[in-house]
Amino acid sequence: MPRLNPENVRRARELMALYPEPRSALIPTLHIAQEQEGWLRPEVIEHVAEIIDLTPAEVYGTASFYDMLFTHPVGRYLVSVCTNLACLLNGGYELLHHAEERLGVPAGGTTADGEFTLEEVECLALCGEAPCLTVNWRFFGNLDDTAFDRLVDDLRTGRLADRVPNHGTLCRVRRKVAAAGAGNGQPAPTGREGAAPPGMTLPPADMGAEGEADPASPRVTASAAGQTRTIRVAGEASSEPNEPPAPEGATDDADDEKRNP
Amino acid sequence: MITDAGAIVTGRHGIPESWTLATYLRNAGYEGLRQALTMEPGDITEEVKTSSILGRGGAGFEAGKKWSMLRDADPKYLVVNGDESEPCTFKDHMLLENDPHQIIEGTLICAYAVGAAQAFIYVRGEFALGIERLQAALNEAYAHGAVGRRIFGSDFSIDVVVHPGAGAYICGEETALLESLEGKRGYPRDKPPYFPAAIGLYGAPTVVNNVETVSNLPWIVLNGGAAFAALGEGRSTGTRLFSLSGHVKRPANFEIEMAKTTFHDLIYDARLGRGIRDDNELKAFVPGGVSAPWFSPDQVDMALDQEAVGKAGSMLGSGSVIVMDHTTCMVRAAWRITRFFHKESCGQCTPCREGGGWLDKIMNRIELGAGRRSDLDLLLDVCDNIAPGLSWPPQKTTICVLGPSIPSSITSAIRMFRDEFLTHIDEGRCPFGPPVGASVAVAGP
Repeated sequence: MPRLNPENVRRARELMALYPEPRSALIPTLHIAQEQEGWLRPEVIEHVAEIIDLTPAEVYGTASFYDMLFTHPVGRYLVSVCTNLACLLNGGYELLHHAEERLGVPAGGTTADGEFTLEEVECLALCGEAPCLTVNWRFFGNLDDTAFDRLVDDLRTGRLADRVPNHGTLCRVRRKVAAAGAGNGQPAPTGREGAAPPGMTLPPADMGAEGEADPASPRVTASAAGQTRTIRVAGEASSEPNEPPAPEGATDDADDEKRNP
Repeated sequence: MITDAGAIVTGRHGIPESWTLATYLRNAGYEGLRQALTMEPGDITEEVKTSSILGRGGAGFEAGKKWSMLRDADPKYLVVNGDESEPCTFKDHMLLENDPHQIIEGTLICAYAVGAAQAFIYVRGEFALGIERLQAALNEAYAHGAVGRRIFGSDFSIDVVVHPGAGAYICGEETALLESLEGKRGYPRDKPPYFPAAIGLYGAPTVVNNVETVSNLPWIVLNGGAAFAALGEGRSTGTRLFSLSGHVKRPANFEIEMAKTTFHDLIYDARLGRGIRDDNELKAFVPGGVSAPWFSPDQVDMALDQEAVGKAGSMLGSGSVIVMDHTTCMVRAAWRITRFFHKESCGQCTPCREGGGWLDKIMNRIELGAGRRSDLDLLLDVCDNIAPGLSWPPQKTTICVLGPSIPSSITSAIRMFRDEFLTHIDEGRCPFGPPVGASVAVAGP
């Protein structure tokens, strides 16, 4: 019977300690549950309820409100195609229909091998690169049919494994410092049960590996939402930044040191 | 006119690894915070009031005024709204990925000014890279002594928490966001109280500011509120990020001085949008997110000025300008916006939950060629039941403004393109080609 594994129980308790009210840790904890299982199994919902001291109905009530939390199984890769206005105007539906043909499932469906779930979604806030989609919430923009096919091939062969973790993994950067201080010297607002000691440093986990762009995969436009064009009239507008996301989160070793208050 | 006001919030974008502490510190990073910590909290609030910066989230309320309304009680909280979900708005997404330290610095300045006990940055769940970069930046900032106990040796201490959302447009509404942050369904709270400044997170007085708003604070502290207010015109001060999308040659975010540049500049200038794709004709544009009523080509010379746009019956809203050229089917465009609102309605209020569904279905059947002439009146009647009088700004029948935003695109499309609706109905097909999207069962009369 799947429950959160001990490491994830610890992460949940650390989250609870961050907030004045432990229930605030519910949605972040459900993301962790989804990272572990790929979706929110009923047994996991019950376990999360137990940890945060809520009823399973309360947890389900929250989970069922949000589009990113799944109470049914989804594929290893969740392909979310935007068809909202900016994408509609630039071929979003044509892209979605192509994706349906290529994957052999209608929007909302999962391929027989459990690899891909295709869904039509609302605006992903990458409108400068319409039409766009996300795979497990990693962005890909300026897509045409050919680029989509390559993307699927790259996912199947694991070429994007570093950039696109399995479905459910939202943030691969762990918080390193427990909430310990409070405003203006007031006592820290702390969670109740299982609060981590102040100043505790969380393990760096696999900090080195996260988010590394796959340099071997320049074929799909990597989108960092980075399309700023700032106007400085003295010169021409800044160049066309469309650089692939560089490794993010890889902080220097200095902040691995404990910060004791 | 395009001015050379320069960049306030996007100055570091384009610098390699702009999201790291090392880059940030090399480019004036955390100097605003250091300056702020030498000032009295109340003086910072005064500078922000002098700047007259309007909230950049969509409602356009003065940030300094918001801070001043904070009920005097302990604890107080600061919540930074990074739940950017208004369709075709993608500026906060860019700020999160490219300059997360600036957001953290602005958050700390605001927290210090208002005396917050803790600060939360609520980030839209879909922004995985933005969340990772912000969390990594926060880790760096703690290690640098910019967050946590006794910041930079001062007696100011505060914790900042990065909180991921989980996919719900409505959580951009500040009271829904607070519910979500409390671990609940994202239901907007009944009003009054109108502002979380009175009763906010966990019932405590809370300031909720947008990511772009707080990103301006380091600059305002370093340069003074008056310098900020010297940019722009009237109530529209400073620079602002505009998200330009749709049928333009260069869709992107642009930081430009408020009230000086016109929509025409934004769409056509070689340094900005560079014109419409294939040099097509402009058919209509949306001035401020899909909640805003549309403008016609003869309004394109209006300045990007909150007051001017408001007087003309629309809004700058979230700062997203969507351009539609002459090949666009306006029924299809308005239907897609309507379907968005229908799907994203939280379901608490009947006019929004049911009315949104009816409008979605009626718009869809017209687009599919199964509409009737009486549908136009029916659409307007349903719209009128959601937002009585169809005035601007709309009258509310609902807890929040999602419902009253639904009529904007429909009434705009009917007002400006009535003939196009009639062609769909009379010819029994969409004149712009096969309809897109999932068909729905078309109900009988």
